[in-house]
Amino acid sequence: MTQTELHSSETTATHHGSAERKWQDYFTFNTDHKVIGIQYLVTAFVFYLIGGLMAAAIRTELATPASDFVSPETYNSLLTLHGTIMIFLWVVPAGAGLANFLIPLMIGARDMAFPKMNALAFWMVPPAGIMLVVSLLVGESAQAGWTSYPPLSLMTGKVGEGIWILSILISGTSSILGAINFLVTILKMRVPSMPMNKMPLFCWAMMATALLILVGTPVLAGALILLAFDLLVGTAFFNPMGGGDPIVYQHMFWFYSHPAVYIMVLPLFGAISDILPVHARKPVFGYQAIAYSSLAIAFLGCIVWAHHMFTSGTPAWLRMFFMIATMVIAVPTGIKVFGWLATIWGGKISLNSAMLFGMGFVAVFVIGGITGVMLASVPFDIHVHDTYFVVAHMHYVLFGGSVFGLYAGIYHWFPKMTGHMLNETWGRVHFVLTFIGMNLTFMPMHELGLQGMNRRIAVYDPRFTSLNELATIGSYILAVSTIPFLINAIWSWAKGPKAADNPWRALTLEWQTSSPPAIENFEVLPILTTGPYDYGLEHEDVAGLPTAQPGSAALSGSSGS
Amino acid sequence: MQGSTVDSAKAALNYHGAETAGHEAHPDHRIFGLIVFLGAESMIFLGLFMAYLTFRAVYPSWPPEGTPERELLLPGINTLILISSSFVIHQADVAIKKNNVGGLRKWFAFTALMGVVFLAGQLYEYHNLEFGLTTNLYASTFYVLTGFHGLHVFLGLGLILAVLWRAQQKGHYSSEHHFGVEAAELYWHFVDVVWIVLFLLLYIL
Repeated sequence: MTQTELHSSETTATHHGSAERKWQDYFTFNTDHKVIGIQYLVTAFVFYLIGGLMAAAIRTELATPASDFVSPETYNSLLTLHGTIMIFLWVVPAGAGLANFLIPLMIGARDMAFPKMNALAFWMVPPAGIMLVVSLLVGESAQAGWTSYPPLSLMTGKVGEGIWILSILISGTSSILGAINFLVTILKMRVPSMPMNKMPLFCWAMMATALLILVGTPVLAGALILLAFDLLVGTAFFNPMGGGDPIVYQHMFWFYSHPAVYIMVLPLFGAISDILPVHARKPVFGYQAIAYSSLAIAFLGCIVWAHHMFTSGTPAWLRMFFMIATMVIAVPTGIKVFGWLATIWGGKISLNSAMLFGMGFVAVFVIGGITGVMLASVPFDIHVHDTYFVVAHMHYVLFGGSVFGLYAGIYHWFPKMTGHMLNETWGRVHFVLTFIGMNLTFMPMHELGLQGMNRRIAVYDPRFTSLNELATIGSYILAVSTIPFLINAIWSWAKGPKAADNPWRALTLEWQTSSPPAIENFEVLPILTTGPYDYGLEHEDVAGLPTAQPGSAALSGSSGS
Repeated sequence: MQGSTVDSAKAALNYHGAETAGHEAHPDHRIFGLIVFLGAESMIFLGLFMAYLTFRAVYPSWPPEGTPERELLLPGINTLILISSSFVIHQADVAIKKNNVGGLRKWFAFTALMGVVFLAGQLYEYHNLEFGLTTNLYASTFYVLTGFHGLHVFLGLGLILAVLWRAQQKGHYSSEHHFGVEAAELYWHFVDVVWIVLFLLLYIL
């Protein structure tokens, strides 16, 4: 007997799981959360490749001190769109993709709470991205950086900036609609035997993410609406020439965009919390601490935004508040890292690709976390503001954190999503290349920043050349590292060995249905008999799954939800 | 450990019972979803209000010197109309809970009329003001804030008219099933509350 005790129900067999999934479904307005999840992930990955090409172009330009590969204006466009695409069209939608695929399966629901709205949210992403890419191709793209601070953004061309604003408004709306779905689904649609404190940690993390999206994104929309009026109608909300105040834009922008870094990394915190216990065969250490620290990060993440503005004339008392609040975020984050390390400590670790990326995530993310605390300190921040030290920090968090986490998630859940196993050897090659390339690209930037190299500028002092060459070589390794992954993913999806329903012998509910899951997820709704991470607590049977023992510690039969 | 497997099996069976009764595979969460959405919407307004208060605080005098005067009578009447309309639309909810579709239609039509009067009053005010959108920062915030709210009133009006249209169909709304009525009412209350804050900020403060 597996831990999902099946009960006979005459109502379910008739209309659940009879239809077959067609490949056309992935190209149409489909309301199945699993289709939407894969649509999100594939679309986001395409934009990741596009944003990555832009990064390679930026690094090629920076291989030499002079501006010789692209014009300075094109360089501005490239850095603006690289940042925008990686944030709004890769990490955020990819996180939404994982969440869409996993949440209903993890909580034993048949779909999200609002399937049509879910599909609508996805179909807003491609137009938002295509607009940006087309604006670059026709040479009319935004040039004011992903932060788009006025008055600069009011001076670099109306068409490109207008397209940029419209694109962010569309993807922001998509994000809000998605978040409503995540929140309502997690709160209201758990299978009756799953109380909140038996949810997989990914669901806790997505709950925190959804709250951040709902609080932050609308304020960004407000700022962009005012910016659009300044740009297109000639008002002066943010234009000092007409009596406006550009600092107000910065406050509104960062009120979203600082929480946005947690929107981008919290889903992966959740994914890592689910991946590490499975491949270490140990219960997660400190379930409640990890669960509640997500909510603590969400709360603190909303009250630290002005640490991006220490050089914007922020008064000293305000700087102190934001400095301390920012440093406090290291506490819940540290709790998570401690929980992950204690989880794998002494475990039976299988070093497969998912686990490699998971452990790589922890290692690299911690470096970004430490530089984050350094940057929170006002005197240090004033010294390195707008230098490559900030670029290094942010890429350690966003690449070392989010991208490693996404790869770990893809390697872990690929068998469930596609019904095929990925090739292990190519996965390890991919990991090694990514790990080396990532550190080679971004580690030298710390030193460059400390020496005073400015970010966002196409030319630099020749004394920075050698470290920049190193970073450029690293970025080419990163570019090459996606090739084994792409080949592996496409080949395995088409021809890879069939995946068992539960190849990792995991306990969470998504592994208790077929691979790929049937159209409405479960033949009969599962009933929990173990917690999500009760690895190694019970006698393991032949299949490696613990047997439910009535009255045992592993039994979680609460009927409340 | 709070329960036993037997309890959860029973709970699961109830869950399936609910499933066979309706077409939905789960209970109706639409009102909850709408409340979450309105929470996000109120964050847009909150952001704009905070921006307004910051502009106001930073400026040496507010409204800036030389801004033409505005009268308070028309916006005051408009405010009274919009606030009263919240009570009127609630009568529709009371009516449909008693299965009184005629009452629903009467009160919704009345609310829609009040909404139209409000929007007309606002357009009349725009027309007669002596400053335009780009006159100064005060004028810009005034038009964008009231205009953004007016857009929401317009959408709420659309929802009310849609409910009225659907209520023509016999049996579309009943005391048991009237999500559309509740959603339109909730949205209308939201628009109303936003206006009260906006009125205090722009006219009274």
